[in-house]
Amino acid sequence: MRDHPLVQLTLARMREFYREPEAIFWVFGFPIVLAFALGIAFRNRGPGELRVAVLHAPGDSAVAAALERAPGLTAGVLDSADARVQLRTGRIALLVVPGDPVVYRYDSTRTESRLARLEADEVLQRAGGRPDVARVRDERVTEPGSRYIDFLIPGLLGMNLMGSGLWGIGFSVVQARTKKLLKRFMATPMRRSHYLMAFVLSRLVFLFLEVAALVGFGWWIFDVGVRGSIGALAFITVLGALSFAGLGMLVASRARTIEAVSGLMNLVMLPMWILSGTFFSYSRFPDTMQPFVKALPLTALNDALRAVMIDGTSVALLGAPLAIVVGWGLASFAVALKIFRWR
Amino acid sequence: MLAIRCTSLVKRYANVVAVAGVDLTVETGECFGLLGPNGAGKTTTIEILEGLTVPDAGAVEVLGMRWDDGAGRALRERLGIQLQETQLADKLTVEETVRLFRSFYRHSHTVDEVLALVELEEKRRAWVGKLSGGQKQRLAVACALVSRPELLFLDEPTTGLDPQSRRQLWDVITRFRTAGGTVLLTTHYMEEAERLCHRVAIMDHGRVIALGTPRQLIATLGAEHVVEFALADGAGTAPDTAELATLPGVRSVRPAADRTALTVTEVHHAVPALMALLERRGAELSMLATHHATLEDVFVSLTGRQLRDA
Repeated sequence: MRDHPLVQLTLARMREFYREPEAIFWVFGFPIVLAFALGIAFRNRGPGELRVAVLHAPGDSAVAAALERAPGLTAGVLDSADARVQLRTGRIALLVVPGDPVVYRYDSTRTESRLARLEADEVLQRAGGRPDVARVRDERVTEPGSRYIDFLIPGLLGMNLMGSGLWGIGFSVVQARTKKLLKRFMATPMRRSHYLMAFVLSRLVFLFLEVAALVGFGWWIFDVGVRGSIGALAFITVLGALSFAGLGMLVASRARTIEAVSGLMNLVMLPMWILSGTFFSYSRFPDTMQPFVKALPLTALNDALRAVMIDGTSVALLGAPLAIVVGWGLASFAVALKIFRWR
Repeated sequence: MLAIRCTSLVKRYANVVAVAGVDLTVETGECFGLLGPNGAGKTTTIEILEGLTVPDAGAVEVLGMRWDDGAGRALRERLGIQLQETQLADKLTVEETVRLFRSFYRHSHTVDEVLALVELEEKRRAWVGKLSGGQKQRLAVACALVSRPELLFLDEPTTGLDPQSRRQLWDVITRFRTAGGTVLLTTHYMEEAERLCHRVAIMDHGRVIALGTPRQLIATLGAEHVVEFALADGAGTAPDTAELATLPGVRSVRPAADRTALTVTEVHHAVPALMALLERRGAELSMLATHHATLEDVFVSLTGRQLRDA
């Protein structure tokens, strides 16, 4: 058993990987560092205090004092040159020009500015004597699952599956080709299928460590849980890993140099880094792009991972995204086998 | 019983003809050398025989089998191959590398046996990347020997090695052959071919230009010794080729840019006669050397070029 070529080839792949400290960092360390940094930077603080300003004019101090009393606002008085610069650079969200009518000057495409306008108007209208006609009560909730980090961890998981599949396989295959090791293997009775299978098997072994490291980290530091079953998560990550292994094989199937394969890999990965909703929701892209974005394997994988981790969806309901993931994998494997350069 | 037979091999790359009609036979149990300068077509020829390159024309039979019969895997079980440019994985140990190659074969040596064959037992736990050039080369040969091959292909096994490493590898090859194995090797070192090979084929520009035992090939020079001399600048007049050829014991004269080489039967007659001639001309020697004729001299007499700079 131990001397079966598939076992030996897989062991060789694994040894070459874990004896390479850089590879360990990029696969295990980097996503954790990224999750940590982004988790800290985008932790939920709410919008905080909004800075608004009152233009230096008759009656300015009364308006500023009224605004200052509102819980969400800080207000100051500025002359017109200063006010213009600060408004343009976003240091104040809103400029109030006292008078009749009161003028609100702000950039309506900025969420903070619109918020500031609403708050400021509310305060000034009440100060002017407008009564509240209905009784209201606030109930505040902060629930795990709705935070940025909850959105981010599944995305990083998907991105990591893509990166390690492409780099891990693409690099090793092309390196074996440039070092003429592939040709040397062709001079033995080794089966080609064994050689390729060994890459897939070693990927699966490391996959579990990768997933456990990132999900464990998210759970430990940020309390990011998995709402669906662990089995479903495992199943989806395996499909994702196999799919990107196929893509890695395809990218590496012809390239003769490391430079060539690096370029190809960036060409494949860059669009997905941006479009596939790893760091922000892909719904921000225009409607015309949506069919294309949704057809990308990383988009489908991220959707499936989020469905399981955040919403607790069962695998049975994820047929569509998983079909896209599997389809990409099968198609790339098939083409890679056809065009693979064995020497 | 023939180990290898090939006829009229041709291989072209773009507009370069790498192999231009090569016929060879290698007997079972013999060590056969393909000899020639870089670019002579040795590697292309050996890779065609190894079934790694498909020839444009010609027929190949190895151990009674053909590559195009689909017998590839069965035939590979019986061969041991070392390629010229292979770099084995740096981050695997010697033992792991041998074990990997061993796993591809149905009948094979144990790791211990093959490491003993190439004397690498002490390095078994060392990473391949930490080995010296000679040790790496012996490991490459170990990976070829692990299949207990009947036929061993070695492509420039000792190129770039120091003399001691070279001798160690020669011992490995000699032991393999003494145990009944057949070897086909390429080299551009003449002394390696003379030392190891029963028969050699000298290749140049994709063709075999001479074939025979080293002794036979040297005998084609018509004499066993070579006298080389060069003259100091400006003194007297140099004798011409025709004059030199008439000296006692001289069989042939090869003038070259920096020296003149005479192939002679009897050094003790030729050298005094040469000295006397130069004295009469008032010419002064800047160099004089004699050696036993080698395959190098055969190559030079056939092509007019030195092997090393050919």
